[in-house]
Amino acid sequence: MRANCWISTGKVRVDNVPEPKILNARDAIVRITSTAICGSDLHLYNGFMPTMHSGDILGHEFMGEVVEVGPRVKNLSVGDRVVVPFPIACGGCLQCERQMYSLCENSNPNAWMAEKLFGHSAAGIFGYSHLTGGFAGGQAEYARVPYADVGPIKVPEGLTDDQVLFLSDILPTGYMAAEACEIKPGDVVAVWGCGPVGQFAIKSAYLLGAERVIGIDRFRYRLRIARERAGAETINYEEEDVYEALLEMTGGRGPDAVIDAVGLEAHGSGATYAFDRIKQAMMSETGRPIALREAIMACRNGGVVSVPGVFGGLIDKFPMGSFMNRALTMKTGQTHVQRYMKPLLERIQKGEIDPSFIITHRLPLDRAPEAYQMFRDKQDECLKVVLKP
Amino acid sequence: MNTTNAISGRSFGPTVGEAPLAGHVGARSHRREDRHPISVGLARGLGWFSIGLGLSQLLAPRGIARVIGVPDDTKNCALMRLLGLRELASGVGILSSRRPQGWIWARAAGDVMDLALLGSALASDDTEKDRLAAATLAVIGVTAADIYEAVRLGGPTGSLASSNAWGPGEVHVRKAITVNRPVEEVYAFWHDLRNLPRFMLHLESVEEIGDGRTRWRTRAPVGMSVEWEAETIEDNPNDRIAWKSVEGSQVDNVGSVRFVKAPGGRGTEVHVELRYRPMGGAIGAAIAWLFGESADQQIYDDLRAFKQVIETGEVIVSEGSLGHRGHYWQRPAQPPAELPADWPALED
Repeated sequence: MRANCWISTGKVRVDNVPEPKILNARDAIVRITSTAICGSDLHLYNGFMPTMHSGDILGHEFMGEVVEVGPRVKNLSVGDRVVVPFPIACGGCLQCERQMYSLCENSNPNAWMAEKLFGHSAAGIFGYSHLTGGFAGGQAEYARVPYADVGPIKVPEGLTDDQVLFLSDILPTGYMAAEACEIKPGDVVAVWGCGPVGQFAIKSAYLLGAERVIGIDRFRYRLRIARERAGAETINYEEEDVYEALLEMTGGRGPDAVIDAVGLEAHGSGATYAFDRIKQAMMSETGRPIALREAIMACRNGGVVSVPGVFGGLIDKFPMGSFMNRALTMKTGQTHVQRYMKPLLERIQKGEIDPSFIITHRLPLDRAPEAYQMFRDKQDECLKVVLKP
Repeated sequence: MNTTNAISGRSFGPTVGEAPLAGHVGARSHRREDRHPISVGLARGLGWFSIGLGLSQLLAPRGIARVIGVPDDTKNCALMRLLGLRELASGVGILSSRRPQGWIWARAAGDVMDLALLGSALASDDTEKDRLAAATLAVIGVTAADIYEAVRLGGPTGSLASSNAWGPGEVHVRKAITVNRPVEEVYAFWHDLRNLPRFMLHLESVEEIGDGRTRWRTRAPVGMSVEWEAETIEDNPNDRIAWKSVEGSQVDNVGSVRFVKAPGGRGTEVHVELRYRPMGGAIGAAIAWLFGESADQQIYDDLRAFKQVIETGEVIVSEGSLGHRGHYWQRPAQPPAELPADWPALED
């Protein structure tokens, strides 16, 4: 089959690889009909996640048709159309019982590797380095889905791939980030990064009752989409000072909650940004937390800092003094997608949200290398690429 | 810091089956000083030797070059200074570390590098062969001391020492994991020893041979197979199982597993303690470590697999880890062309 493989930093290639096989009794094989490139795939593409191997199949946002099931999968049948959540979760451990699926205690066969870097391991993830399990990803014609009796959700008749594909990751991710803000009437939420997760965080914050949501980015087209499609007010950080603008917009209080939908490859300006870039290039910090620092400083006293943006290792100059003295709370984590798929599917069915508004490009799988480059370099107003195998 | 264990090189024999296993398994606090035996003698000597040599190489590279019989040209002086920096790093590392064995292994690696450099110098025309030969002999002597000390202290990362190398070559591991199942179920699963190969990567089989005795067969590094007989020395339902190998076994070992109800309905804590002398003693253990077979890691990987079997029904594999659970080697995360020949049939 054809599959998009990570080769080295800045290089992916669509190769012919063997077709997946049932390896565990609770596996299913899915023939993929739609698969997307995630902003977090760019961290792999740009070489910021350790433990990638040449030949790893990428992709963790995918859906398709079940073509084979293992002997212990009773709830799915061949022919079912399903969306697959990106974290792999067993359903039987204590974390899964508590619906903290991205912390599944059993789904990472390389837990020893994660323990060395993180202290404890979290769940396995499709196509996202060996640290998170070494699972083949979904930018391919077929994928093997472990614990298929727990994760995949069946798609009801009448919904298109474009409408439900993002239940696999970014819609629940934006939603969980907004939910973490514990929004109360009158709350103002600021969202750093108007990429796909940022757009969905803005939408979700409104769904959850925010009074105003402010999107922050430097690409005009992304800010325009945030205004026109997600309903946000916007700040272009290349044109204004974000802190001053936010204080002005909130009567000096600062946003009640802030969301970092950027993560470890944030951009900025000035000496501190230059210093971060140098340190990151020299491997003495693995993330550039410019957005996170700014979000913490801007957040109102006692507010919530929600971090759906991905980090992989260490960061510098975390403003702990501001965080502690002003009684902030941080909520973060990979998304517990399985917990949100059903309620969000219902919202899609009711027409409360149509996630397809973020799609800017639809390309055949074979053009994945070009799509990665376009998405990374923000060419052609690229916001979200959906690949068709 | 208590250093007596390492210095006296206490032998394996008397400690096996004694108090630590039989009595202390339940003790929550370990006497940490016992777990990191550090020699104040040889290791520190090697550390100061590194510093002395490093400073000389850094400050008087020409002098050293002449002493060992190589030309004192700019290139050799630059190399000498680099080697001096390496020596200083090793020396500071050894002297400032509570567990210096990693640094001593680094010294040993440096020795091998030095020997290679001396070898190439011997093959060169513009060197003084007598002086080089003397230098080479001296380095061989130091290499022997480094390897002796490194092996005695345990594996390169201290993994053996941190898992309690009581005596030379003796491995002591304690690991615990929490399983989301009631104590009765966890005990019953473990009590049927034939279940163990389902999650212990290296264990091929456990057979009951009567009289409370069992025969264990494991895969050993480099494709070998090892077997021994063990007897159950304690079996308290829902509490503790302990065993030890019978006299004259190929692998001396004692082990126990303890089941504790985790607080607040969190399932069962499984505490495993294992002490054994690997084949080939300390050197065998060091070699095993080089192949990614640290005892600590192995036991923990096995416990995790146990948790997977009891909570989810099987050990999960990924394309990248396929066929290599517990090993440091990974294949690319893409489907295998063929399944391994011994792939188990999947059950309903």
